[in-house]
Amino acid sequence: MATTEFAVHGAEHGAVRGPVVNDFSIQVATVNGSGSQSANTVLLRTIFQMGVPVSGKNMFPSNIAGLPTWYTIRASKKGYIARKKEIDFLVAMNPETAREDTMSLASGAAVLYDEPLKLNELRSDVTFYTVPYDKICAAVCSESKLRKLVKNMIYVGVMAQLLKLDMAEVEKALRKQFAKKVKAADLNWNAAKAGYDYAASSLTKADPFTVERMNKTTGMIIIDGNAAAALGCMFAGVTVVTWYPITPSSSLVETLIDYMKEYRVGDDGKATFAIVQAEDELAAIGMVLGAGWAGARSMTATAGPGISLMAEFAGLGYYVEIPGVIWDIQRVGPSTGLPTRTAQGDIEFVAKLSHGDTRHPMLLPCSVAECFSMASDAFDLTEQLQTPVFVMSDLDLGMNNWMSEPFQYPEKPQNRGKVLTAEELERAGGFARYKDVDGDGVGYRTLPGTDHPQAAWFARGSGHNENSGYSERPDDYANNMDRLAHKFETARTLIPKPEIVCNDGNEVGIIAYGTSHHAVVETLDQLQGEYGVKADYLRLRAYPFTSETHDFVAAHKRIYMIDQNRDAQMLQLLKLDIAIEEIRKLRSVRHYNGLPIDARSITDDITTQEGK
Amino acid sequence: MATTAAPQPKTNRIGLTVLDYRGGKTTLCAGCGHNAISERIIDAFYEMGVAPERVIKVSGIGCSSKSPAYFMGRSHSFNSVHGRMPSVTTGAVLANAKIVALGVSGDGDTASIGIGQFVHLMRRNLPMIYIIEDNGVYGLTKGQFSATADLGSKLKTGVINDLPPIDTCALAIMLGATFVGRSFSGDKRQLQHMLKAALAHRGTVMLDVISPCTTFNDHEGSTKSYKFVKDHEEPLHDLNFVPHFNEIDVDYDPGTCLNVTMHDGSSLRLRKLEEDYDPTNKTEAVKRVMESHDADEVLTGVLYLNTTAPNFIDMINMTDQPLATLPESVTRPSRAVLDECMEALR
Repeated sequence: MATTEFAVHGAEHGAVRGPVVNDFSIQVATVNGSGSQSANTVLLRTIFQMGVPVSGKNMFPSNIAGLPTWYTIRASKKGYIARKKEIDFLVAMNPETAREDTMSLASGAAVLYDEPLKLNELRSDVTFYTVPYDKICAAVCSESKLRKLVKNMIYVGVMAQLLKLDMAEVEKALRKQFAKKVKAADLNWNAAKAGYDYAASSLTKADPFTVERMNKTTGMIIIDGNAAAALGCMFAGVTVVTWYPITPSSSLVETLIDYMKEYRVGDDGKATFAIVQAEDELAAIGMVLGAGWAGARSMTATAGPGISLMAEFAGLGYYVEIPGVIWDIQRVGPSTGLPTRTAQGDIEFVAKLSHGDTRHPMLLPCSVAECFSMASDAFDLTEQLQTPVFVMSDLDLGMNNWMSEPFQYPEKPQNRGKVLTAEELERAGGFARYKDVDGDGVGYRTLPGTDHPQAAWFARGSGHNENSGYSERPDDYANNMDRLAHKFETARTLIPKPEIVCNDGNEVGIIAYGTSHHAVVETLDQLQGEYGVKADYLRLRAYPFTSETHDFVAAHKRIYMIDQNRDAQMLQLLKLDIAIEEIRKLRSVRHYNGLPIDARSITDDITTQEGK
Repeated sequence: MATTAAPQPKTNRIGLTVLDYRGGKTTLCAGCGHNAISERIIDAFYEMGVAPERVIKVSGIGCSSKSPAYFMGRSHSFNSVHGRMPSVTTGAVLANAKIVALGVSGDGDTASIGIGQFVHLMRRNLPMIYIIEDNGVYGLTKGQFSATADLGSKLKTGVINDLPPIDTCALAIMLGATFVGRSFSGDKRQLQHMLKAALAHRGTVMLDVISPCTTFNDHEGSTKSYKFVKDHEEPLHDLNFVPHFNEIDVDYDPGTCLNVTMHDGSSLRLRKLEEDYDPTNKTEAVKRVMESHDADEVLTGVLYLNTTAPNFIDMINMTDQPLATLPESVTRPSRAVLDECMEALR
């Protein structure tokens, strides 16, 4: 099947195991467009409401309806929320993939399947439960066209009974899911109950997986990264938003539109923002830079193919020194690639996006909380540094639901950077746009519309001198480029510092960024628990690298850089940034099959390289 | 010793002299039509009394796009990337809808590399003036045909253009621009009145100004040469713009003259040279423009005018204060809002 690379057949072949509580993964294999998303969300939320740490990942095709889709839910009492490589419980709803899905399971897993599929004939080392969906459906739903949708809620009921989920929590989750659609909620609730009753009367529990109440999710929220980013941008004070629809970034702006309409329209009914769907990504970033030049907090959201188109404008933004925030919700490339699968594939490209010598700061959120908080960081940085700032999320983070502590209100006032008002200009008697007055490489700017005869400067992507005048003089060009390089050094001091998760003097150091974090946290435990290997861990939160990262490399004998791309892109960037004698310390762990990275793969790779 | 005071320089209604509207020294070729257009822009903005600090000049790449450096030095300017002036201008106008946006582009910048952004800008009816300085060739790369070159027009090298031209005016009218004109850099009076009328309009003004390239496209056989345009110019009407602040108005004959009241209260008087031409009729306007190609005419004048369509800023229903300078108290919702959002996600 498409979502596990190979089956891990355990030693417990068919053996009865002790109970496995709050530590398993469920995979629902279905067809996209069949309405299973609601059912899966209810299942996820129920476990969450029972206080058990949970994560959900949707592995879906680039298609509107009719192709295989898998949704995995992981419950983990230890709080691991990365993808688990092994599937413990399969809900087989898709006849097309059911056999392959079943065959790839590890021994000891459980399968819930639709009666006509007869999957129980395939293997003897997994537990099978059969459900006559059509019969149950017919009993609870008189309208035949709704049956396809209701069918999904039946497996929720069956799973609730088998996993010992609290049906009161199922109902709460279900009613939240359908919100104001009471009729739909009732219909689905009846289906869930029917599934539960069927399981109670006709199925005998024979697998070890159950859920028990914990208190590890109290007060927490569930949100996807794109929605978190949208909230973050709204609270960061964004005013101009442009976009061109592209998976997996579209929902970021669509959610932002909803929030802004709700919370950023004044008492007079007028919007304190403008959101424009542009004709393409070229126009989207052109508008962002036009708005940034004129002083707005402006942004766009895109993915790899859009980033490719934005290269020209990215260079302009760097060279003319204009703020603008670009969210890259990375997906698998090159070209169209796998539009609905995740990767960290744009790192090296974005770092230097443009022809000519160019460098861009990148923020690297690993969680929904950071999608929120880094929105403010990005807008402050882009205006402080007067250069485009990229926020490198990915599909796994952006489109999947994650649990999180509630977001912290941004306490820092907005930093709007060095902008001269008419009064300041009058006092100063003029200004030179690109003069490094403060020694940080960042000049002063004025905004169009500033009411002073000396306010104007000439923004141009062609060669310019300190006064923004056209210049082809060798010294003007070189001095300007040197100042831009110096400004990038200033960026190192302003960007979010890496999070040093542990630094206990071990020989092995792991560096990761973005969504790899959740797998690495689990890998650290696996390395120590299973192999006795203790490792230190630094999580990058931004590019360029800061002194903490240089120190971390210097302090370890072997550094493993975790990249979700084929070419070890972050490692390549790090190579350019450290002393030659340090480069040989760098080792690479790469994951690039389109699926969210998992701990087991990292652990296996590191232990192999460590000779364990 | 003279006893009388030295004569004061003439000023406009906001107390500025025409010198306050000047820019840097042009680096374009002597006789370039673009320089004449720059002069007309200076005159129009001066005469209308538009504060240069309220103006942005945005351009793409090419000879035409260099020209904003040569007028109105007290205005912010952005010489951006090839064919992308529309998006940059759009962003700037969204950020500050109070500024007067002037986009300067060329035929290559607009009709070839920039045609995508051009057509979508027209659809939005963004308040701005879009001038195409149209000479039918790429000047900065030494004289290749552009997409507005007419069928059969000849390059200096003898190459004949065998592809049909893109008529930017016809496109603009069809797509939603609300003030579309064609003029000629050599027709001082018409261009000046048209530019002043453009400043009175709140919506996309698209002016295709034929602007001969003296170096690469001013020879016999070119349809964008001074001689060809002078010989083939066919004005639709005699333009007379009466600004709203003019104290003395002149009578006009409604029988022979169409009077249009502009957004700012100014009047645009079109003395009919073609009896049945109605510039407020979209279909007729496009038809007449297309006919002019068959007749080898350079049809000039206000081809289309619509003063009732909503512009992009109206449609967005944006707050009156420029978005760029909204205070944090307006752009950052309260702590209570975040609490509410968090509660909904539990």
